[in-house]
Amino acid sequence: MKHFKLYYTIGVIALCVVLTLAIASLILAVLGANVLDTFWVIFCYPFTTLKNFSGVINIMTPLTIVGVGICVAYRSGIINIGGEGQMVIGLLCGIVFALYGGITGPLGLVLTLLVGMAGGALWGSLPGILKAKFGVSELLSTVMFNYIATQLYSYCLRVPLLDPAVAGGSGDPQTVKLDNSLWLPRFNELFPVDKGFRFHAGIFVALVMAVIIFLFMWKTTAGFKMRAAGASDRAARYGGISVSRYLVLAMIVSGACCGLAGTVEILGVHHRGLGNCTGGYGFSGIVVALFGGLHPLGVIPAAFFFSVISFGCSALQINKIPVPSNMIDVLQGLVILVIVAAKLIISSPYLMDRAQRRVEAMLGKKEAA
Amino acid sequence: MLDFIVLFITVGIPLSSALLLASLGETVNQRSGIFNLGCEGVMSMGAFVGMMIPYMVGGSGTVPWYVNLAGLVAAAIVGALMGLLFGVVVIKFCAPQGIAGIGMQLFGMGLAGTFYRHFIGGAEGVAGINAIHIPILGDIPYLGKMLFNCNPMVYFSFLMVPVVAYILFKTPWGLRVRACGTMPRAADSMGINVARTRYQALAFGSAMAGLAGAYLSLCQAKIFTDTLVGGRGFIAVALVYFGRWSPLGVMGGALLFSLAQALQLAVQAYGLTAFPYEFLVMLPYALVIVVLIFVGKSKHVGPAMLGKPFNREMRI
Repeated sequence: MKHFKLYYTIGVIALCVVLTLAIASLILAVLGANVLDTFWVIFCYPFTTLKNFSGVINIMTPLTIVGVGICVAYRSGIINIGGEGQMVIGLLCGIVFALYGGITGPLGLVLTLLVGMAGGALWGSLPGILKAKFGVSELLSTVMFNYIATQLYSYCLRVPLLDPAVAGGSGDPQTVKLDNSLWLPRFNELFPVDKGFRFHAGIFVALVMAVIIFLFMWKTTAGFKMRAAGASDRAARYGGISVSRYLVLAMIVSGACCGLAGTVEILGVHHRGLGNCTGGYGFSGIVVALFGGLHPLGVIPAAFFFSVISFGCSALQINKIPVPSNMIDVLQGLVILVIVAAKLIISSPYLMDRAQRRVEAMLGKKEAA
Repeated sequence: MLDFIVLFITVGIPLSSALLLASLGETVNQRSGIFNLGCEGVMSMGAFVGMMIPYMVGGSGTVPWYVNLAGLVAAAIVGALMGLLFGVVVIKFCAPQGIAGIGMQLFGMGLAGTFYRHFIGGAEGVAGINAIHIPILGDIPYLGKMLFNCNPMVYFSFLMVPVVAYILFKTPWGLRVRACGTMPRAADSMGINVARTRYQALAFGSAMAGLAGAYLSLCQAKIFTDTLVGGRGFIAVALVYFGRWSPLGVMGGALLFSLAQALQLAVQAYGLTAFPYEFLVMLPYALVIVVLIFVGKSKHVGPAMLGKPFNREMRI
């Protein structure tokens, strides 16, 4: 049978989708929601108006950048769960530069983004160094660095960067609004299009970033060495590649992406430092990276798909569907579990062989009959 | 100063229980070779289920003790079921355990939050399980306040230290678990069913994580929120490394960590607000990193095949 591998892969993926939807439906049924209505809101409501669509693009922007960053780390053999912390430190550096750097205009915007990247890269390099030098598992250290970063940020919001207007009041701590010229412009301000295209220009930053990372990982020597170290560290070491150096480099690049994502989110959406403005993208980025096949260009459609779901889940309550928005976490968790489980089925030659024989036997019977 | 130390320890010991229960469980499943980073999600589900049952029976009012007990048992059962689900992914399908654990964490936290908002909603608490006063011992000055006025679950969690040590090191099942974590291939050739042992260890570990979650919602906070577990699941995993996969070491780690946390609460209780409390909140996490640096370099006695899936048909 020709192209059996392709059919097999598609079949397994289709089965995974069905399985995920089935489990999700079961949970929705337990919650007493109308399953079809819920799925309609999750998958179709985001496309009903231009405003909703812009909301989707705004979610997609940081998700793409973080997802690309996670890909770099994963391909280099290190799992970066610290995206959240790297985003926080990145955006903190970006805010400090934007408030006190004194450079405005387009140059200031670009510099703020670069400072944000540098902050994320610095924070990302720490777990990389700890892993390379001391053998500390990155799975644990990145999580700890997340908590430290969050606390550092909330201290900075509460004391040195606090907006005098809310000082002493009961409002949540936040910084003053950043200078207008530093905001990422909206799409409808850049181009003469319908007012409904309200998403900010960060999406272009995200797409460019995905292409740059693709070129870096697949078309440069450093990228090749990083991927070699990730595919098999022993073979890479035998080939004369300093695995620990490329491991740290991978974390720096990954952290830079996350820091950029945080800064873009601030300059595009919030325009000021707020508590809790990373929105869990650090974790969602892992889902997106896995779903995109751990390829920077695959991340783009994956991020789009997840931002649709994410927007849909957050709109459930508006559409009078009694499902809390936490449902997005459930879906993301399910997708991770199903994808990692399906990987074995897809990549195992034995299972594929067995399936092929069964299918051929079945087809043979039909022909005989 | 003495008052401060007493307050500090009185606060610190109950804080350690949730960590202790979760990391004792994690010790068992890591000894069998399964790295369950989804501990956080299992704890969330345990916390929700543990508080759900007393809430359904008596709302925010007091309920008979057996209802609370039923909550704890249900939390352990749900935890074990989630462990088995994780097992299907990482044992049956040999998935990479770190990333599957993140999936488990998101799944458990999301599910607990979703169900909580749907079935309970709002900031409704429960009466929960209260601390008990042990008659004579509890009246000893200072010492009584620190050690003998605790929640029954605190005593249970410390009781589990020798129990887990006994199970791991003195029973045939414990030997099987350790064999599966150290050299599954040898265990397999000696007729041990590696997959089944790992499922069992994972179910035990996750049941403990579920109990730890129920401790948080029923005994410590007496309420459920999305952030109730607040990273304790991850810290529990880190403490297993800290304790070098031995129950006693894990207990030391849990105490050290929760005393570091108690320092922050005690400082706040004493009204030293000029010192930015965020840095004290950071302290335990920073401590874990420092400890991991030292543990990482040393020659530990941990399970050699931790995190590696076992597949009989795979070439060596």
